[in-house]
Amino acid sequence: MFHRFANPNRFLRLTRPLVPWAAGLTIVLIGAGLYLGLFASPADYQQGETVRIMYVHVPSAWMAMFCYSGMAIAAAIGMIWKHPLADLTAKASAPVGAAFCFLALFTGSLWGKPMWGTYWVWDARLTSMLVLFFLYLGYMALINAFDDPERGIRAASILVLVGAINVPIIKFSVDWWNTLHQPASVVKMGGPSIDPSMLWPLLLMALGFTTYYIWVILVRIHTEILDSKIRAIRMRQVQG
Amino acid sequence: MAGLLLILKRDLSLAMRQGVDSMMVVMFFVLACVLFPFGVGPEPNILARIAAGVIWVAALLASMLSMERLFQTDYEDGSLELLTLSSLPLELVVMAKVAAHWLTTGLPLIIATPLLAILMNLDPQGFWILILALALGTPTLSLVGAVGAALILGSRRGGVLLSLLILPLYIPVLIFGVSAVDAAVGGYPVQAQLLVLGGIFLGALPLCPWAGGAALRQALE
Amino acid sequence: MAVFSGETLLCIRGERTVFADLDFRLESGGALVLVGPNGSGKSSLLRVMAGLLRAADGALSWDGEPVADDPEGHAGRLHYVGHLDAVKPVMSVFENLVFWARLRGGTAGAEDRVAQALATLGIGHLLDVPGRYLSAGQKRRVNLARVLAAPAPLWLLDEPTTALDRDAIQAIEATIAHHRQGGGMVVISTHADMDLPAADVLDLARFTRRPRSVFQGQEDEDMDDEDPDDADMPAREAG
Repeated sequence: MFHRFANPNRFLRLTRPLVPWAAGLTIVLIGAGLYLGLFASPADYQQGETVRIMYVHVPSAWMAMFCYSGMAIAAAIGMIWKHPLADLTAKASAPVGAAFCFLALFTGSLWGKPMWGTYWVWDARLTSMLVLFFLYLGYMALINAFDDPERGIRAASILVLVGAINVPIIKFSVDWWNTLHQPASVVKMGGPSIDPSMLWPLLLMALGFTTYYIWVILVRIHTEILDSKIRAIRMRQVQG
Repeated sequence: MAGLLLILKRDLSLAMRQGVDSMMVVMFFVLACVLFPFGVGPEPNILARIAAGVIWVAALLASMLSMERLFQTDYEDGSLELLTLSSLPLELVVMAKVAAHWLTTGLPLIIATPLLAILMNLDPQGFWILILALALGTPTLSLVGAVGAALILGSRRGGVLLSLLILPLYIPVLIFGVSAVDAAVGGYPVQAQLLVLGGIFLGALPLCPWAGGAALRQALE
Repeated sequence: MAVFSGETLLCIRGERTVFADLDFRLESGGALVLVGPNGSGKSSLLRVMAGLLRAADGALSWDGEPVADDPEGHAGRLHYVGHLDAVKPVMSVFENLVFWARLRGGTAGAEDRVAQALATLGIGHLLDVPGRYLSAGQKRRVNLARVLAAPAPLWLLDEPTTALDRDAIQAIEATIAHHRQGGGMVVISTHADMDLPAADVLDLARFTRRPRSVFQGQEDEDMDDEDPDDADMPAREAG
């Protein structure tokens, strides 16, 4: 099954019909999530209306971590079984994960203004997310740094695996560092006692972000496959 | 093992003959630290407060700058291919080159540290802990950096790319290295930080040569 | 008597199929000359044989044992001479070579082996000259002396005669003949005509394929409906 010459045409044929479904689900889920989150759910007794930022912030942070784990798994599969579709999945996930990571950082900082009185606090979660963002940037820089696209994918696969081993260590050290330099008024968010009226929009948004991720990486993988075919045609022209 | 020592000896003698490279790293380290008093002002209290952090960040940057050349010259003149064909496991080749890198850059950095500790007005209580933390931390920097140095072989814009790849991975070493000195200066126990630094080193010792070997293999394909 | 062989080798470089379905067989005392136009994969095949490049399909074997099972053991029985000469400019010729001789052939007698190898190739006078003063031809000969300074049964030489004059080429021909008499084998790619008695010739042009995406495989039975241009691909040979 995991053969070097995975059949991309079969992959294209199987997954093309999924694209409109993923797109439709994304619109419905995010639409419903936003409606419930912005209009139907109550404001937090402590944080007021700003709590609604959570419905974008928390799922983004989840997705940022999910994408990185997904990339590490795909990179491992690509390295062990030489499966080009796994390599492409890792490559296609990176910008999506980086975008989620950026969204989490951006909304986190917007949320920080009313909560902490400043746009940025070196809170442990935000800091870890920032480092994760740098890991994404490094991955994308490495994958594009070679003239031979395959070379970039192979190097970046090793990097993402090294990074994946490092993420827990970075998380642990940032938590340690943060407890030493605890900022004055950090509001602990979420917790298990979240009200169902807030949980529902949160889950809908998380699901919507997931289908969005599936939608976008399918489109990106399709583009990569077509791109590889174009490169083959170009090389045929060169060779005559 | 004999092969490892041979490569180590060769790299050391190459570094000795191009001794300026090693000196330049130390000079960068000193200069980078000296910039800070100009940036934040010469008040002894402020300098003492940031001394450990500044020295560590400068050591991190100096170690990273010298990293780019680790495999580059051997890659360019064909020696790297022959080293991979030496019937020595590639992991040991990486290990030998990392050891040579640490001896020619990490160790001189540690030797230059007392001077910087004085210039930065570091509290004497933290002095030996800083040396100890650097001794435990800089080998990890060399090990992690070797993976990055192997990954960027043959890429465009190697140096800048390398910093993007490995600086985020250096953060844990930085956090625990500085925190050990801060704790010593504040009169708290430092054992935990030093143990974590040692633990990170012991973890990196098998993992980084393995990843570096994989990176070299794909770079030569 | 050792046998080095490869079956159905497939090589893909930068998404381009360099050669496919390539078989070769080499026995003790044999020589294999690789010929073919530029880009036909002579260097790639030598790198595959050395284990520097992994074949996308097919296998190499040594005495019937798959090479992939013991890559380090395989590296230990071959010498590879590529386009780069691996001569360090700040080290003398002797220091350069003694390092490789020790690494590959053990420390005992390494100095003597180096001196002898240099004498064989007629560059004994370069012994203590730093690498930076050497001409391209001299560097090439130093690199070939490295091969002589540590015994190994299989020599993989990628255009060893570039930058060499007639005398040096004759010296190499003599050392190759000597190596083969002792039961060694040689795989060599060369533009210049070298005198290698009873050598097999492998023309790589026979194994080239038209470029295709790595995503279009032989068993791609669904290809016709998507990409009619590719329907005739697997059977086609270029040139």
